[in-house]
Amino acid sequence: MTEILRVEHLKKSYDGFLAVNGVSFSVQQGELKALIGPNGAGKSTCFNMLMGQLKPTEGEVFLDGENVTGKRPRDIWRRGVGRTFQITGTYQSMTVIENVQMALMSHNHRLFSVWPRAWKLYREEAFEFLETVSMADQADRPCSILAYGDLKRLELAIALCHRPRLLLMDEPTAGMAPSARIELMQLTADIVRDQGVSVLFTEHDMDVVFAHAHHIMVLNRGELIADGDAEAVRNNPQVQEVYLGGGTLFKEAADA
Amino acid sequence: MAFFFAQFLTGLANAAALFLVASGLSLIFGVTRIVNFAHGSFYMLGAFIGVTLMEILPGHVGFWGSILLTGLAVGLIGALVEMVVLRPIYRAPELFQLVATFGVILVIQDLALMVWGAEDRLGPRAPGLRGIWRIFGEPVLKYDIVLIAITPVILFALWYLISRTRLGVLVRAATQDREMVGALGVNQAWLFTGVFALGSALAGLGGALQLPKGGADLLMDFNIIGAVFVVVVIGGMGSLPGAFIASVIISVLNVFGVTYLPQSTLVLMFVVMAVVLIIRPYGLLGREEVAGEHGQVGAPETPIRPYPPAGQIAVAAFLGLLALLPLFADQFVLILMIDMVVFALFAASLHFILGSGGMVSFGHAAFFGGGAYAAALLVFHFDTPMELAFLFAPLAAGILALAIGWFCIRLTGVYFAMLTLAFSQLVWSLAYQWRDVTRGDDGLVNIWPAEWLSGTVPYYYFTLILGVGGIIFLRHVIHAPFGYALRAGRDSPRQAEATGIDVKRVQFGAFALAGAMAGLAGGIFVFSKGSVFPTELEIAASFDALIVVFLGGVKTLAGGVVGAGFMTLVEDWLTRLEYWRLLLGLVIIAVVIIAPEGIVGSFRTLWARIRHKEDAA
Amino acid sequence: MTLTRRFVLGTTAALALAPAAALAQDGPIKIGEINHYKRMAAFAEPYKAGIELALGEINGEGGVLGRELEFVFRDDQGDPAEAVKIAEELMTREGTVMLTGTILSHVGLALSSFAAEKGYLYLAAEPLADSLVWKSGNPNTFRLRASTWVQAAMLAEKAAETDAVKYATIAPNYAYGQDAVEAFKENLKRLKPEVEFVAEQWPALFNIDAGAEVQAIERAKPDAIYNVTFGTDLAKFVRDGGDRGLFDGRDVYGLLTGEPEYLDPLGADAPEGWYVTGYPWYGFEEGTPAAEFVNAYMESTGESPKIGSLVGYLTAQSIAAAIEEAGSTETEALIGAFEGLTIEDTPIGELHYRELDNQSNMGAYVGTIAVEDGQGVMVDWEYKEPSPYMPSDEEITEMRPAE
Repeated sequence: MTEILRVEHLKKSYDGFLAVNGVSFSVQQGELKALIGPNGAGKSTCFNMLMGQLKPTEGEVFLDGENVTGKRPRDIWRRGVGRTFQITGTYQSMTVIENVQMALMSHNHRLFSVWPRAWKLYREEAFEFLETVSMADQADRPCSILAYGDLKRLELAIALCHRPRLLLMDEPTAGMAPSARIELMQLTADIVRDQGVSVLFTEHDMDVVFAHAHHIMVLNRGELIADGDAEAVRNNPQVQEVYLGGGTLFKEAADA
Repeated sequence: MAFFFAQFLTGLANAAALFLVASGLSLIFGVTRIVNFAHGSFYMLGAFIGVTLMEILPGHVGFWGSILLTGLAVGLIGALVEMVVLRPIYRAPELFQLVATFGVILVIQDLALMVWGAEDRLGPRAPGLRGIWRIFGEPVLKYDIVLIAITPVILFALWYLISRTRLGVLVRAATQDREMVGALGVNQAWLFTGVFALGSALAGLGGALQLPKGGADLLMDFNIIGAVFVVVVIGGMGSLPGAFIASVIISVLNVFGVTYLPQSTLVLMFVVMAVVLIIRPYGLLGREEVAGEHGQVGAPETPIRPYPPAGQIAVAAFLGLLALLPLFADQFVLILMIDMVVFALFAASLHFILGSGGMVSFGHAAFFGGGAYAAALLVFHFDTPMELAFLFAPLAAGILALAIGWFCIRLTGVYFAMLTLAFSQLVWSLAYQWRDVTRGDDGLVNIWPAEWLSGTVPYYYFTLILGVGGIIFLRHVIHAPFGYALRAGRDSPRQAEATGIDVKRVQFGAFALAGAMAGLAGGIFVFSKGSVFPTELEIAASFDALIVVFLGGVKTLAGGVVGAGFMTLVEDWLTRLEYWRLLLGLVIIAVVIIAPEGIVGSFRTLWARIRHKEDAA
Repeated sequence: MTLTRRFVLGTTAALALAPAAALAQDGPIKIGEINHYKRMAAFAEPYKAGIELALGEINGEGGVLGRELEFVFRDDQGDPAEAVKIAEELMTREGTVMLTGTILSHVGLALSSFAAEKGYLYLAAEPLADSLVWKSGNPNTFRLRASTWVQAAMLAEKAAETDAVKYATIAPNYAYGQDAVEAFKENLKRLKPEVEFVAEQWPALFNIDAGAEVQAIERAKPDAIYNVTFGTDLAKFVRDGGDRGLFDGRDVYGLLTGEPEYLDPLGADAPEGWYVTGYPWYGFEEGTPAAEFVNAYMESTGESPKIGSLVGYLTAQSIAAAIEEAGSTETEALIGAFEGLTIEDTPIGELHYRELDNQSNMGAYVGTIAVEDGQGVMVDWEYKEPSPYMPSDEEITEMRPAE
């Protein structure tokens, strides 16, 4: 297995407050890895530093061995990283399929062309991506009237357009019905399996995490307290302490 | 040294009125997010009401009492304006309210002319404060010393109000987070009215306080508004101490500028503002604008679509009608149409960056006028053939937009707007002061088209092809990937960047394209009028375009063009009447209140509603 | 009363003309008048009143060519482009026979260029820019008022008689202010080469920082000051300078400062002792044409005349005379009539338009400001013809583009 992403001693401080404190980990090719932790543990901050939305105070991020610390989001994207957001950021003034077409236009370096009609470009291809996330039936609806869960799936389609080798998914199933969650994570797992994509995701729903993640990392107060397979994490005393009463949850997940 | 000190005191005294007006504006912006262009009008009202009261009330008590009463009166007028004009439109798109305040300016101008007449009023002297004191041997006006003493008192009073009273807590809460105040169970409408009244009262006080040094006249509203905005922006929008520091800096710098760089009087403050904004994008004490805070208020934009066949036929029929117009219309109709097409292209170019890009420019006239000047200078100095000179209009304007955009594009929201304003003022002052080249405000004259275009009909077709062609091209670009990328950057810069869109670069390109198209409009303009003057570069010219875009409807594609057509016709018709500014102001306010989505937007909503009913039936 | 009389007179005149129905049925002869009625209301309104006074008299005496003379007044918002559009409408749709108006020089220049391009006639009534009839002059444009150059030369002539050597100037920072300073400097240096200009102040128009300007001038310690500021700028400058003693022991020359438009609002603050150009309507000897105009104006409007009133009156008189002279309303004929046109018995005596540069011989009143009854007035004034202050005919021909 080749290592895609490696993070070394990542730190982020806001006015002296350490949101992320010396986190190191790596993601292998074809791996589906979860980053969990209570609210305010620093998960989103971590993601934002990986994707370039935030500059780390200290530490380094390597993609395929190349140091990409502090590079801008679009440079990271160029190196094959896609991401979805905790609070979705879709293009409200476009239709669902146009959102995907937009990503495809970017992928195909057509952003500065002023002649072709944009909605005719890559429509077929975009439709296929929508089918992948089961959104094809909503292709021509305005994005602004979508349900939250649908927006999440749309974002996944957008992120896939660039054929990423690594997907960063921030709370991909938040706001979805339980059945939809399973569906989406199954889909994600399929993508990992079929396309050899690596996925790093954060999640609150432990069912989702323990059912699908190959490996799980636990972040607490900016520090990584566990990194291993489901079993190892579940039995980690520090993790159990953090998730007070969470033991049941883990057991349920294990039973499932 | 004594002289320096005396100069410094003059600067401090000048800062007094400026600070009063600016603090009011800053307060209003901080809480209501309204960019109140009518603030200068409240200042002017303060001066006129103050003069009137001082003529009635005698003596010390009369003088100072008049000033306080003036503040009260102007505050009441401000409250009235807020309740009648602004309250209905808080939910309208971002910055839409400034169009309404522009209507208020026009109304107040004509009302003041009706009430006080055209002649300038000299302010009465402050009793007992005529003449000078000598400080280190230098003469210093007694009244200046009083003003210098009063300003900190007012700053302190405001500070006390904001930081020590319940009202102040609410105001601060509202400045930080508007939803919060609603959640606190406070009637937001009355808070806004109160703050607007307080801000207006401060402007009125400023107008009355400056009376012994000047007077009241009908141009003072426009004369102060530029400086006030500069002060508020330099200080940081919404920051009172910032406004204070900035008014002192600007006033003192002005005094030294007058002595050591007498030619600098027109641009000094705009240069300072540009420098401050380039170094500190949110002013000295301003805070960064949280993304989304100013974002798309109101209903999200509907996805754009090319017109359905019926619409396309209608547009084609309309264009056909325009093409046949010379067969049956008289010459003046053609002239009016040329004006309209030029203005529509200008507005469409602004609408392109404003609507699709979310970039509100307050200085778009720099490119319209810049294009006009580029062509005119070539004709005037080098006898360049018209056809060649004309090509330089969009070219030069595009290059100018690249240069200005390079500085501005890194800013957002109101600060972006103000930096474009600063740069357009620099361009204006270049045209105004570099007389050897531009002939200053004598303008460049005898810039007429080539022989084959000199008749009204040929020039009409020339305008139609290039002007309408430009509008159609811009429309086309909006439907092309570039236009989509621009909208993507506006809708969600975060997502756009994460999918490889260089948002700033796209915006930069759009800014340059909009500049070039404005320059094209300027090129058509200059050869149709035969002359160009710095007036085409003035702030007012930028605002004409801005207002029609808002009136037409920002969130529509045809808004700029329709707004421009509407405005040209209404203005042409109204200016024939005696009190046309009053009427025009009322028309603007009426449109703003009745059609908060703009003319096109509201028609679309109405149409959708009718269709919906039909479907339901 | 006057109105009634005029109405009766007008009706009688109309009745008297009834047999000449063939002529009268063409309706009135219309003149297009474009001005900044809102933006410069204080200046434009007296001007309009002057025109209306003249029109009343002209039409009371039967109009011109047996037809009524009518002005179509339009507001251009002080915008040259708007003025050009309105001019087009007036000439092509409204049926006006010629154009006149504007106070601001740049609007005048735009209309002048437009008139030349389209072959219309334009009488620039108030704009002062020298270039209107000289560097940018054209055969279609005539100008009534004495230009900046001439008025500045009159003041320079007086200044050259004094011992003052060091001068400071203060002028609004735009074309008119700069031309006015240039003209004064050039004339004064010609008459008295040793003069020196120790400070040149350029406040923004209508946005003066009076305290700073006064301090800057004081710092240069000039012997004399040349002022071009007007309106609110003037009021602030005079007040601040007076308080700080800037004018004590110094000669001050004020361009236009004596015009009632600017002097009246100053009230008792009027700067005593300044030597200025202006309009001393209160000082005319009874029975002179100048006094008769003042009386008629005050009778019809109830207000004292401004210089704009006089200019408006002369504008209407000039146009009426030119149409009579031309015997038609064709532009060519009107231009021909204006060239060398002479009108007897105007308030300033004989009014004449030169063939050389289409400039009229209207001069200027110069005198010294005094305060009487809490109001500034010009005393020891005289009316000066412009010709001695003009450049030579050769120089002017040189300046005017080949016709």
